[in-house]
Amino acid sequence: MDLHVFWFGMLGILAAGYAVLDGFDLGVGILHPTVKGDHERRLVINSIGPLWDGNEVWLVTFGGALFAAFPEAYATFLSAFYLPVMILLFALIGRAVSIEFRSKQKAGFWRTYWDHSFAFSSMMVVFLFGVAAGNTIEGIPIGADKEFQGSLLDLLGPYPLAVGAFAVIASAMHGSLYLYLKTEGELQEHVGRLRWPAFGLFLVGFMGITIATLVRNPEALANFERYPIAWVVVAFTVLAIANIPRGIVKGRAGQAFLSSCATIVGLVFNFGMALFPNLVVSSIDPAYSLTIRNAASSESTLAIMRNIAFLGMPFVLTYTVIVYWVFRGKTTLDDFSY
Amino acid sequence: MDFDPVTLSRVQFALTVMFHYLFPPLSIGLGAIMVLLEGTYLKTGDRRYEAATRFFTKLFAVNFAVGVATGIVMEFQFGTNWSTYSRFVGDVFGSALAAEGIFAFFLESGFLAVLVFGWDRVGKKMHFFATLMVFLGSTFSAVWIVIANSWQQTPAGFHLVGEGAAMRAEITDFWAMIFNPSAMHRLNHVLLGSLLQGAFFVMSIAAYYLLKKRHEEFAKRTFTVALGLAFVSSLTILVSGHAQASAVAENQPAKLAAFEGHFETGPADLYLFGWPDAESQEVKAGVALPGMLSFMLHGDRSASVTGLDQIPDDEEPPLAVPFVTYHLMVALGMFFIAITSLALFLRWRGTLWDKRWLLWTFVFAVVGPYIANQTGWVSAEVGRQPWVVYGLLRTEDAASPSVPGEQILVSIVLFSIIYTALGALWVFVMNYKIKHGPEDVGEGPEGPKPQEGQIEVAADVRDPASPRRLAGLEDS
Repeated sequence: MDLHVFWFGMLGILAAGYAVLDGFDLGVGILHPTVKGDHERRLVINSIGPLWDGNEVWLVTFGGALFAAFPEAYATFLSAFYLPVMILLFALIGRAVSIEFRSKQKAGFWRTYWDHSFAFSSMMVVFLFGVAAGNTIEGIPIGADKEFQGSLLDLLGPYPLAVGAFAVIASAMHGSLYLYLKTEGELQEHVGRLRWPAFGLFLVGFMGITIATLVRNPEALANFERYPIAWVVVAFTVLAIANIPRGIVKGRAGQAFLSSCATIVGLVFNFGMALFPNLVVSSIDPAYSLTIRNAASSESTLAIMRNIAFLGMPFVLTYTVIVYWVFRGKTTLDDFSY
Repeated sequence: MDFDPVTLSRVQFALTVMFHYLFPPLSIGLGAIMVLLEGTYLKTGDRRYEAATRFFTKLFAVNFAVGVATGIVMEFQFGTNWSTYSRFVGDVFGSALAAEGIFAFFLESGFLAVLVFGWDRVGKKMHFFATLMVFLGSTFSAVWIVIANSWQQTPAGFHLVGEGAAMRAEITDFWAMIFNPSAMHRLNHVLLGSLLQGAFFVMSIAAYYLLKKRHEEFAKRTFTVALGLAFVSSLTILVSGHAQASAVAENQPAKLAAFEGHFETGPADLYLFGWPDAESQEVKAGVALPGMLSFMLHGDRSASVTGLDQIPDDEEPPLAVPFVTYHLMVALGMFFIAITSLALFLRWRGTLWDKRWLLWTFVFAVVGPYIANQTGWVSAEVGRQPWVVYGLLRTEDAASPSVPGEQILVSIVLFSIIYTALGALWVFVMNYKIKHGPEDVGEGPEGPKPQEGQIEVAADVRDPASPRRLAGLEDS
């Protein structure tokens, strides 16, 4: 298999893994303020307590893999998005320490502060990823020297901002379906009531973003015309979306959550199809775009890295399964809980 | 006003990496001690070791969280601030970072969940396995990041392709890249420094309890385990440091000359302290052992050592910072040997617990490894200047051309504010947990024998249906 294509696919897997896994715990963070009462809020946080850190590792590994496989794209993308990336990093720091510090004191102001910080930073993380994804589809001003030539304002167009808002909604819906699985009693009822408006907003957002993408960036369809088999995934995504309300109505909460996972995988796949073979699209001249060819490491490095991935990924999946298995079932609080 | 992006990016990198590096050494070192304590529990069934491990788990978790939070910055900062560098080294350096993610971070974070939250969910063997894996994961992380950094110090296993701004390094020999000349020396040194950090941290807490006459049983037990580890590590790190200095003399003579304030090529003295003055080309206010540096490197007091006069002017590292930080690190290393030897001797004599002045020294000595770990890295990184990749890429050419200085200034200010708050919170929470102390349990495998007044609480904690627990009153 072509190593460049392999690594594009590998990054897609890492991105999808990150979006599905951190997607739900960031969504839980976004929904956190709707839950009242300290005991209930602790249950909410502890539903993701043992998992969020491992979920975030998918992002870290995505960063490392992008650096190794396509260093030019890593360098251009991150330096172009300098301030947004910094804010993203602050938000990731904020999320991590809010979870960790909140439980360490009982004082009301202390917990309220970290509650706000937890919710706001979770939302910020998702929003910024959405904005970045929107900009990636639309293209940013990249010159012949592979460097960003625009300013901060070039990154805040209406389409990227809309994708950012959509990401927040999608994550909140995903999080509500997860939280429903992990809670019981009144708290579960509360979460259950959140699922419908979240899904409704998601559906509206999904249609809006789809239309906006087709109108503003019709070239996103080029690969679907070239490889019609990819429409299967689009159909799969739509079916997965349709299966979410079905799962909720029939009381199959697990199915609803898995459908939401499948939806997100489908969205990441469609995003990849819209982008391929580009990594960073230049809005100045398509010839300046960074692609899986002109932004890549050497063939031999891509091969070494492929071997490392083949060696490591089975372990990664094993750890993930073990951890999710150990912490299955409803969330309860004990001596070590947050 | 004009802001120099290179200088600002260097300031930001120094700030973020130094702050980050306050946490990983403790995670590694404390992890090692938790493996020892929990292993002892598994072997003897003595529940006091379990209680000790549980206590340190809580401190470990806080430290680890801040380490993760500040570490994620490092993963992306190469791209944001050093895009030219990233393009140049991506092939090599990126590979090491990706391997760190796949081999170390997943292992670490997965089993951390079991270690911290799994006490009552998995069996004790599985739990011990998780503790071991977290320690192994944090060690792997050190392995990959030190390899990556060492390649910047002593590049190997690569060739250069392209020209000018588009020039970059590509791997030609993976194993030569991994085992580049300085990698293993530096890895040993970093890991031993981490063990010292963990051991002194534990001894500081234990000494504090002994002085306050609280949890004395626990304190004596953990102090002894940590003291053994600290003594062995402080001696081994001396050997490791010597090997490393010899390797620096061979691979990066300019750096060694800066460390030692050695201006003129020829027999070299070993300064115990002093201040290198670039203008007069001599070390001021210093005391030196004549010819000792030559002797240590070549076994001959009159052997010639490359001085700064052999280094082209535009390739000379700064002088004062590497010299001072290097000497401070070495001096602290000697202090660690002295204080642990003395404590070990007194422990053997059975009088250690009565020496209040020494226990007070240990309470504050935990600052020593923090400073030594920081100064060691500062001397290594500043001593490599003006290169970011030794001999290949200059730091001044490595920054991101598209990022304006004002934006970097904004991020520096924000990092400063956030990290100051984080540091203060870390101290506050750790202090709170240490003051709270471990659970007092009796020895023996039958289960805890709670002391007077604790029966109720202890029973509550173990009973999953207790009202306290259901009401969420048990606070972590």
